[in-house]
Amino acid sequence: MMQNSVAVVGAAETTKMGKIPDVSVIGLHADAALNAMADAGLKPSDIDGVATAGISPVELAHYLGIKPTYADGTSVGGCSFMLHVRHAAAAINAGLAKTILITHGESGRSRVGAGGFGRSPSSLMGQFEMPYGVTSPPTMFTIPVLRYMKTYGVTEADLANVAVVQREWAALNPRASFKDPITVDDVLNSPMIAWPFRMLMCCLVTDGGGALILTSADRAKDFPQKPVYILGTGESVETPLISQMYDFTSSTAFKISGKKAFDEAGITHADVDHLMIYDAFAHLPLYGLEDLGFCKPGEAKDFIRERNTAIGGKLPLNTNGGGLSYMHSGMYGMYALQESVRQMRGTAAAQVRDAKISIAHGVGGMFAASGTIIFTNEK
Amino acid sequence: MARILPEPTPETQHFWDGCRDGELRLQRCTECKNTYFPPRAFCPSCASRKVEVYAASGRGVLWSYVINHRPRPDMGTEPYAIAVVKLDEGPTLMTNIVGCPQTPEALVLDMPVKVRFEKQTDDISLPLFEPAQS
Ligand SMILES: [Zn+2]
Repeated sequence: MMQNSVAVVGAAETTKMGKIPDVSVIGLHADAALNAMADAGLKPSDIDGVATAGISPVELAHYLGIKPTYADGTSVGGCSFMLHVRHAAAAINAGLAKTILITHGESGRSRVGAGGFGRSPSSLMGQFEMPYGVTSPPTMFTIPVLRYMKTYGVTEADLANVAVVQREWAALNPRASFKDPITVDDVLNSPMIAWPFRMLMCCLVTDGGGALILTSADRAKDFPQKPVYILGTGESVETPLISQMYDFTSSTAFKISGKKAFDEAGITHADVDHLMIYDAFAHLPLYGLEDLGFCKPGEAKDFIRERNTAIGGKLPLNTNGGGLSYMHSGMYGMYALQESVRQMRGTAAAQVRDAKISIAHGVGGMFAASGTIIFTNEK
Repeated sequence: MARILPEPTPETQHFWDGCRDGELRLQRCTECKNTYFPPRAFCPSCASRKVEVYAASGRGVLWSYVINHRPRPDMGTEPYAIAVVKLDEGPTLMTNIVGCPQTPEALVLDMPVKVRFEKQTDDISLPLFEPAQS
């Protein structure tokens, strides 16, 4: 990836967010895409590349009437959109396409036009995990955490505190699903889902979508919005089975993806003004802060407790409220990217003053995959 | 409601046949000696196809778990632990812990466990684990 050679020139979420029973999955993709095209001053005929996950890029292109020269259907879970951004940047540099649209839409709550979850009983998950009573992500993504807690002396209150601090950010965001303040006790007294995880340590389930449009930095200056440049990118994949994660106290995929992005960007941790870490559950920001190198192993709980990631802290984290309080349709990575772009444009609800570098770090599946995008508003 | 059960593939048949016959079978590489799981026809460490199936000890320690408080219908109505055991031979394996209360007090990380096969059908027995003396 060449630093700052590609920029985001269109970015938008769906018109509504939360509970949207009157729009199907593909309708949410289209709503977000039309909003992003309006943001960039483009029509579908101006788009020559498409990327999406959840639905196929074929469905997306035909639904919008786009006849692309580039299509990316990378689907590795909620961080797929980070990978789409990375691939799109490389594709634009290589001349495969000039203007690439990346979309997400998911009817996570209302399930309008949504597919089922089902795993074949002959798949690896079907043979080696499903027989033991796993259900949805709250019973799988959470399995490594007791080992992490024992290794580093992390408490249930430490997990709860992640949700408490993010709720403080959500209170500043009019579009957040949950805005009322909560305490550590509130989290620890919320209904038990899968011990040690309580309901308020788990993400929301909502409907929504988002879309991004990327083009070359040279063209970006002719668009109506302030360009947001891509400074560095990373990606990796690890395991389809949570039980086979290489190390239960650290995501190998996070480490590989994060290091690659930092190396490409040529920045240090001290250069980072704003950070998004995909938080499907309260442990994700802890793993993310450590595996990206912002904290030493086991120290993220203290970093958060000391309010470094809170309002006024030195590393504002998940400033939209995150998957725990803002929204989570299923593949949240798009919303992390959207918040990074808003912060770089200077238009976020909880704007970090003078922020110049923002990182959006995503997880896919259950520690299955990872993608990291480093943005800047300076070229 | 019948419990959700695995469907073996050619690469995993030996493992499920072993469970049916009361033996926890793992694979190891005859070149680099690595033991690995889940089953496959080659060594994930060195890519050698020279691998063998052997009877493992069936012993390990409780590595991590959650206690699912919203039981899947085929798993009954009470909370149950979904656990990962670290086998003495090295690999980790998802399972359930049987023969003890499904509580944080009874389920202590690093406690020794041993395999107990629970017959589901004529073809499928599941490798569950119970507390063991160290
Ligand atoms: Zn080998």
